[in-house]
Amino acid sequence: MLYSSIGYYSLILGLLISLPIFFFSIKNYRNQEILDYNIITFSFVQLLLVVISFLGLVFSFVHSDFSNETVFNNSHSTKPLFYKISGTWGNHEGSLLLWLVVLTLFIFLFLIWSKDLLKRYRILTVLFQQIIILGFFAFLIKSSSPFNYIFPTPQEGMGLNPILQDPALAIHPPILYLGYVGSSIIFSSVLAATTLNYISRSWAIHIKSWVLSSWIFLTLGILLGSIWAYYELGWGGFWFWDPVENVSLMPWLALTTLLHCILVLEKRDILSSWIIILSISTFTLSMCGTFLVRSGILNSVHTFANDPERGLFILTFLFILIFISLLIFFVFHKSEKNSYNSFYLLSKETAILVNNWFMMYFLSVVLIGTVYPIFLDVISSQKISVGPPFYHKLIIPFLVPFLIFMAIGPQLKWIKAELKGKLYLLVLFIISLLISFFIFKNLDANFLVNTILVGSALYLFFITIKDFFIKKFKNYSQNIAHFGFSLLILSIIFNNIFSTEVIVNLKIGETFQNNRFKIVFNDLKKIEEKNYISFKGNFSIKENNTDDQLEPELRIYNQPNIITSEADIKTTFLSDKFITINTVQNEEYFNVRYQVKPFMFWIWTSVLLISSGGLISLFKKKYEK
Amino acid sequence: MRNKIVYFLLVVFFVFVFTILYKGLSNPSLYKPNASLKKIPEFTAETFTKQETLNSKYIFNQNKFYLLNIWASWCVPCRDEHPLLINLGKNNKIEIIGLNYKDNFKNAEKFINDLGNPYSTILLDRDGTKAIEWGAFGIPETFLIYKNKIIKRYIGPLNSELVDEIINYIK
Amino acid sequence: MKFLNFSIIILIIFAVNLSKADEITLQNKIYKNLRCLICQGQSVYDSDSEFAISLKLVVKNKINAGFNEDQIYEFLTEKYGEWILYEPQLNKNTYFLWFLPLLIFLFGGAIILKKFINIKK
Repeated sequence: MLYSSIGYYSLILGLLISLPIFFFSIKNYRNQEILDYNIITFSFVQLLLVVISFLGLVFSFVHSDFSNETVFNNSHSTKPLFYKISGTWGNHEGSLLLWLVVLTLFIFLFLIWSKDLLKRYRILTVLFQQIIILGFFAFLIKSSSPFNYIFPTPQEGMGLNPILQDPALAIHPPILYLGYVGSSIIFSSVLAATTLNYISRSWAIHIKSWVLSSWIFLTLGILLGSIWAYYELGWGGFWFWDPVENVSLMPWLALTTLLHCILVLEKRDILSSWIIILSISTFTLSMCGTFLVRSGILNSVHTFANDPERGLFILTFLFILIFISLLIFFVFHKSEKNSYNSFYLLSKETAILVNNWFMMYFLSVVLIGTVYPIFLDVISSQKISVGPPFYHKLIIPFLVPFLIFMAIGPQLKWIKAELKGKLYLLVLFIISLLISFFIFKNLDANFLVNTILVGSALYLFFITIKDFFIKKFKNYSQNIAHFGFSLLILSIIFNNIFSTEVIVNLKIGETFQNNRFKIVFNDLKKIEEKNYISFKGNFSIKENNTDDQLEPELRIYNQPNIITSEADIKTTFLSDKFITINTVQNEEYFNVRYQVKPFMFWIWTSVLLISSGGLISLFKKKYEK
Repeated sequence: MRNKIVYFLLVVFFVFVFTILYKGLSNPSLYKPNASLKKIPEFTAETFTKQETLNSKYIFNQNKFYLLNIWASWCVPCRDEHPLLINLGKNNKIEIIGLNYKDNFKNAEKFINDLGNPYSTILLDRDGTKAIEWGAFGIPETFLIYKNKIIKRYIGPLNSELVDEIINYIK
Repeated sequence: MKFLNFSIIILIIFAVNLSKADEITLQNKIYKNLRCLICQGQSVYDSDSEFAISLKLVVKNKINAGFNEDQIYEFLTEKYGEWILYEPQLNKNTYFLWFLPLLIFLFGGAIILKKFINIKK
């Protein structure tokens, strides 16, 4: 109880601190002095209070204080400590508090890391960010307080959904939010910079670190979510084009595009309109995503508790932000008049422009696919589903030219590139196509599409490898990131084509055999754990010369009373062996699903490579300074 | 001038989007299929007791109301609604047909013996395919039928309110 | 050049050693396109729920009875509505859905082309 009270009052105090922040900021904006230290101090105090509030909630969870409504709804005394802690942000109210932590943290860090920049720019950024922070304070305190008191105190809590009790999922929200919510600082600072006409090459260099950090966290956050889906949801898939997944992908697409534009702005003073719009869009998409998954408007695998009233608040807040940002853009932005005169057809700038074009297309596909059912339902009361086939059909054909441009783009010089000596690019492309052709010649699966797609991905693959070894390189970050992307596409395609699956009903002691492998159901053990009872099956898989033991489980949790199926996965560099068991109604046998999934390791690794490209860029800057 | 037009169009666009999303909030997101099936499906099924195969043409062919109730012994809400079905079965304006869904014969028999039999006929749906012919996806589900047409469909267990509604229909 | 030869050899070894995937049958294609109506966001292919198992059986029977893919979808949408299909069908409801992204792509391309034509002038 004490922790919840501390948490609640800290939150209120944190809200009140907005007042001095506004006061000192506006005063300092108008006068001629240097940045008032009070602004930094009060920002820090606000951060501290929010963190204390957050810790108040954490301790309430750790001590299983069920007089706190949020703890009651989402925890249980038998939950392991790690999941008690991560349960703090695994629910609607707690995750909003996490939003506030990241929002206040980032503005404080921004203040202390922008000492050399224009005072008015820093103050305006603080003000814009404070508007967002206020919105979230209001939302939290009014309709989503994590500190509601229930009386009489229940003896036990409702528990956390067992599929959420997984290490990857436990750290997925904080990492994702550092990316997602971190883009708020980009939003605020871009609005500030636009108002002051401060957008320039030097500004780009400053904002690049923020864009990079946000992007790295967002990439890792999405990776963690996919890993969780693969290990925990038991179907062997890692991406379902589910609305909640799409909602994290959209800001990522905007942010990646923004990153590329900032790279251009760094070298040449153009594309500022793109940068402003993209910065606004990234954060807007984050907010939009929050709206879509918390309001109950969409039906999905992992929406939070649905509440239309909360949805209305976020919706209104979101549109106010859009309105303000568009107003600022149209009133203050002066587009460069002669900027495009120096655009030659064959140049790096063009390549990046083409990149923007494709990325915006991909973004529109995901956005339209995700929200279209809502629009159709409201306008004509028809309910349709938009699932993987839609996204695949619209994205895959465009990946081919996209990959090719990714390969060629970095080869081009800034301003103007020559065609001389570039013949090898064409030759390498033909070789890639040929290799792909030989691979697919003997496989029936979608011959033409796969050949061209893999050919393009291989092309990017080879070019990036060649660049790594042959060229004297100062651009490792881009090289590694693009290489990672080609590896990702290749791994996904090969995983798709070469995955096999066998579904069979087996009793204990029975064997299944086909011309590839032999599955033996050895036995079933019952094990009692802290908050569940597990039935662990023991299987022997014999394939070629390898012999593996796999132990999938069926878990019966106590609170909430749910049965989950836990896959056992054996990972090697080349492929994963994936097995799940399920009971069959009224029968003595079990339904056994065995899958072989090649290259899963490389799918995860390639995303890590992509983010490490960003990491290298981030630290290179710090090192150069 | 061009800027102003663009700005105006954008404002209109966003107002439109806001309105749609606002309306979307009040729509329930849970899927309730609008009984798109109007005519009853044709199918054949084994019966519970006599182990013969009946064609649906001969089951629903009389000029009275029918209730098709999909149930199973392992379904807890089915147990809850069963007494209501027993009462309804006493009404001679309506005939209740049961569809036993993915059940073990002995368990189903025990269910009927313990809780009573409101069904004039019980059909077997061992693999669940017949329920799909009806457009059902879970149990319990109940269909009110008259003259080979589905009049009303109830997803989930019946309660006394819904039973009163049925009684109103069959008057 | 040597490097390239080397990589070609590795790839061919890969291709030979990796087992061929089972043929993707019509059946699996349909299963992946059907939504499991009682699950939260799973396809019938992925799901092991009772409904999914029964639906798989129904589809199998229909294939054996000679239905083609479209006929099976028609059969199912008649009973469950279009919501059961993951791939939105192309009809008057979905023209916008399928064509709007493409329009945006063309629009973007047009803007870029215009910029370059302006430069040429």
